[in-house]
Amino acid sequence: MTTGSSVGAAAGAAEAPRAEPYNEEVVRAFVIATMFWGVVAFLAGVYIALQLAFPALNLGLEWTTFGRLRPVHTSAAVFAFGGNALLGTSLFVVQRTCRATLWGYVDLWLTLVWVVYLLVFAGTILRRREPHIYVANWFYLAFILTIALLHIGNNLVVPVSWFGTKSYSVPAGVQSAMIQWWYGHNAVGFFLTAGFLGIMYYFIPKQAERPVYSYRLSIVHFWTLIFLYIWAGPHHLHYTALPDWAQTLGMTFSIMLWMPSWGGMINGLMTLSGAWDKLRTNPGLRFTVASVGFYGMATFEGPVMSIRAVNGLSHYTDWTIGHVHSGALGWVAFVSFGAVYYLVPVLWKRRGLYSDRLCAWHFWISTLGIVLYITSMWVSGIMQGLMWRAYDELGFLQYSFVETVAAMHPFYVIRALGGLFFLSGALIMVYNLWQTARGTAAPARIAMRPPSPNLAAAN
Amino acid sequence: MATKIEKDAVTGRDTTGHEWDGIKELNTPLPSWWLYVFYATILWSFAYFVLYPAWPSLSGHTDGILGYNQRVELSERLAAETARRAPIVERIRGATLDQIRANPELAGFAFAGGRAAFADNCAPCHGAGGAGAKGFPSLADDDWLWGGDIAAIHQTIADGVRNANDKSRNSLMPRFGADGVLTPAQIGDVAEFVLSLSGHGEDRAAAARGAPLYADNCVACHGEKGEGNQELGAPRLNDQIWLYGGTKTAVVQSIHAARAGTMPAWSERLDDATIKMLAIYVHALGGGK
Repeated sequence: MTTGSSVGAAAGAAEAPRAEPYNEEVVRAFVIATMFWGVVAFLAGVYIALQLAFPALNLGLEWTTFGRLRPVHTSAAVFAFGGNALLGTSLFVVQRTCRATLWGYVDLWLTLVWVVYLLVFAGTILRRREPHIYVANWFYLAFILTIALLHIGNNLVVPVSWFGTKSYSVPAGVQSAMIQWWYGHNAVGFFLTAGFLGIMYYFIPKQAERPVYSYRLSIVHFWTLIFLYIWAGPHHLHYTALPDWAQTLGMTFSIMLWMPSWGGMINGLMTLSGAWDKLRTNPGLRFTVASVGFYGMATFEGPVMSIRAVNGLSHYTDWTIGHVHSGALGWVAFVSFGAVYYLVPVLWKRRGLYSDRLCAWHFWISTLGIVLYITSMWVSGIMQGLMWRAYDELGFLQYSFVETVAAMHPFYVIRALGGLFFLSGALIMVYNLWQTARGTAAPARIAMRPPSPNLAAAN
Repeated sequence: MATKIEKDAVTGRDTTGHEWDGIKELNTPLPSWWLYVFYATILWSFAYFVLYPAWPSLSGHTDGILGYNQRVELSERLAAETARRAPIVERIRGATLDQIRANPELAGFAFAGGRAAFADNCAPCHGAGGAGAKGFPSLADDDWLWGGDIAAIHQTIADGVRNANDKSRNSLMPRFGADGVLTPAQIGDVAEFVLSLSGHGEDRAAAARGAPLYADNCVACHGEKGEGNQELGAPRLNDQIWLYGGTKTAVVQSIHAARAGTMPAWSERLDDATIKMLAIYVHALGGGK
């Protein structure tokens, strides 16, 4: 399947030589897919952001309307970009931390069924040659198992006909809404949080070349996160037909989730103790470390927004959109970028990145984009919520809906600009990684610094 | 691999002795602030479980000692607001439109209530502030399709235009082209004549050919000089205001297929007092007679 040899596991490999080389072909394919779908997702996001600011860009055609393109953006971002990042990194990490090659023949089957993914992942863990299972693999396994469970739960439907595609969900009304948010929130929890914590737990210690801060914290925050997250979905249905008691449970479990979420942030940041100087020399590490910062911010904001009274203001506004993107851009995308900047030189056996300077450009332009995005959505979201509930002195509503839409226009323009920055950064990354994979020597003008030390050491 | 506990030089902590692909772990205890904040959130949640509805059972759920109920709270607040407004709303309900306009207190309240109701119900078509849009008349000028005095405005809001309500205002312009009443060339001539009524149009010969066609087909509703007829909702054609556009193409299209804009009968959706307040507001927008 592959002739690749271990590049990053020099220490472990020295003690017990492996019978066969790691499967790297499949990881390379996932890395390429991650970058491709990332650009697709960001491009679609920028376009629909511009549509909100300038509705003429809907072009008057059914297939180019916001309503059609928005699911393209979300599915490409979450499942195609995020999913390929998870699949690729998990199969990379599980081999190296178990000192075992992948179980079974993965290349083709993996793309077909999630169950095969589970079997490959769990099978690799079972044939590991390490006494313990590394924390990253706990998170990856929780993600794989729970996504399977969620997928089945959310797709309990009764087909209308034998061969048609139309079907009705088994639960109806508010119960259906509850199932969908149980799915939706845990997609955030187990796909976008647990899975990406798996990425964080491998790539930060590797890039920082430091031990993980606290083994005990990793155990406690893993189990508390897993246990509490699955309850939090009802906070998406405050002040709806969902019964009060279910809302209360969703809210309180979201509050209790705060510290378990932050456990991952603490372990990520504190692992840098004694290695903070590497942020200056390893721009890839900047992404993973900044991602943990955004993760901490989003996982504090989430519990705050789950409080019923806060949600009464924030729900249905752009504040929610800003919250989602501080997680999606700041956490999910940044930790993936950090991982990919680490992986490409290792997988393609290069001494380092084509250009650390371009990587730094990517970092700063994307960070600026995220800041523009989330600050504009905070302002417009809170303004929108306040305008909706504003009354005049006689008790009549102060604003019409269309006035709130008009008031948001400048913030929509700023948001689109932020998205454009983020997309530009990603294009810089694709160019940089493409040149790295090809083995191009950087022109002197670009290569100001020597290859980052840890990547050189990895070789 | 044998467990090999080492001391980390930077932090002085022991490792756990595990190692994966070169990654080790420190045996750092849980940060105490982290643990205490976690306990605090758990305590807060348990307090919430005691105070509010929280845990389901086979026959219902725990009610919580505060007796909180979202639906009851909402209906109480709605009832309180309704009761607060009731005295003045009742006076509006009992007064005629002219009496409301003559009383500053009632007129002020009606204007404010009408503005809010307009924003909720009318602005999607007529625009914020009644500016109008193509096919949706401006309400801020003095060009009225069905009359601009307060009674006529009230009737239009209550009964609507060309809808299924029995009292709806109804009138239909024939589809002169689509139904073959006039040929395309004749429609072009009539359009030129119509444009000439407001000093537009370039083809004087065509306008001259259109004049007798206009007299035969259009005068009954739109009047000899295009002055319109508000009894029939027939727009005035000799001014500069065009509901569907004043280009020749737009006028030809109006004659060819007619337009027949519609509006709901708001009496089916809003109460009497609100419709009165809407009439006061729309009348005051700028062009009320």
